[in-house]
Amino acid sequence: MELLKLFIRAAFVDNMVFTFFFGMCSYLAVSKTVKTAFGLGLAVIFVLVVTVPVNYLLENYILKDGALAWLGDEYADVDLSFLSFIMFIAVIASIVQLVEMLVEKFSPALYGALGIFLPLIAVNCAILGGSLFMQQKNFPSIGHATVYGFGSGFGWFIAIVLLAAIREKIKYSHVPAPLRGVGMAFILTGLMGLAFLGFLGFNI
Amino acid sequence: MSETKEPLFSKKNKKLISDPLNLNNPVTIQVLGICSALAVTVQMDNAIVMSIAVLFVLVMGNLIVSLMRNLIPSKIKIIVQLVIVAALVIIVDQVLKAFVYDVSKSLSVFVGLIITNCIIMGRLEAFALGNKPWASILDGVGNGLGYGLILVVVAFFKELFGSGKLLGFEIFGNSVEQTGLYAIGYEDNGLMLLPPSSLILVALYIWIQKKRTPSLIDDH
Repeated sequence: MELLKLFIRAAFVDNMVFTFFFGMCSYLAVSKTVKTAFGLGLAVIFVLVVTVPVNYLLENYILKDGALAWLGDEYADVDLSFLSFIMFIAVIASIVQLVEMLVEKFSPALYGALGIFLPLIAVNCAILGGSLFMQQKNFPSIGHATVYGFGSGFGWFIAIVLLAAIREKIKYSHVPAPLRGVGMAFILTGLMGLAFLGFLGFNI
Repeated sequence: MSETKEPLFSKKNKKLISDPLNLNNPVTIQVLGICSALAVTVQMDNAIVMSIAVLFVLVMGNLIVSLMRNLIPSKIKIIVQLVIVAALVIIVDQVLKAFVYDVSKSLSVFVGLIITNCIIMGRLEAFALGNKPWASILDGVGNGLGYGLILVVVAFFKELFGSGKLLGFEIFGNSVEQTGLYAIGYEDNGLMLLPPSSLILVALYIWIQKKRTPSLIDDH
């Protein structure tokens, strides 16, 4: 039950796109058609589910203040947390590479769908953002971290598919010329963000 | 190396700085680095500190990558760039924590997210990898200023209309004691403090900018 609450909170209330603007660059660039948006959304879920738990282990067993205590008493007061940015991004970049190779080997169909998006994801702020928030939230177990990763990925997925659907339709409307393209996408995201603010009232 | 000596601020070099401010603005035209541009703009001081941080990382990153451009094997260039940027961001983070702790607290994860700011990766990839150090520094300054410009403009309107203040000074009077404009019934627009309003402000900026320079309009 607690995990379900965490999922809903991560996906809707603290939506990555509308509340924190994470991953906006690819969000705006890849949302022109529903099909590609769907592919990128899936890839983001996938990578978040893998990287957040891995970084959780890294944070709790290596980086955090006193995390090295399992090595012996003389390491108990080592605090490596200033290294977390560089470690997280290295983990993310290498996992993305690894995932890309694995997917290519075992599921060529999925690779065809996700392939071009996977390298892009290493520099998507939603991924690093997921890990940094995980670090701030101090989850009690790796299960919580995984659910959090899945929830935030799912929220991002919903957001990009919704925007792509609207942008496909809006091509046929009369948008003022200077606003065409990016400008309109900004306004749409703003309005969708206002709608998503309704979830703030959820007391979970 | 048969270069003709060109002055430090030749026409071409000046263009490197002025272009990103308007015609090729990294935020509104190239649509890069939006995440942080929108999220840290509730108050002017956050926006200014963030712009300086990005400017620093961009200039230093451009310089370092440009100096190393012939040494980096192209297969691992993304990882090398990420490591350089991450190291610079760690410096920025530690400095912010040491000197402006409050701002660093309210910027929270967004300092770390400078690593994945697309402007930085974009400029390293598109410019610094193929140009000389001095030009790369100028390019970094230009794009950093272009980014900062949007941040400060958005933060100006958000803080002014959202809480009636600029950099913490009360412009419209005190809303609790009902002085100044508040005495005659003016109220702050709470919507301005919420995240979606920065999206709409940037959209309005794009609208005005493209209206003034029609060559920027894209037709699709």
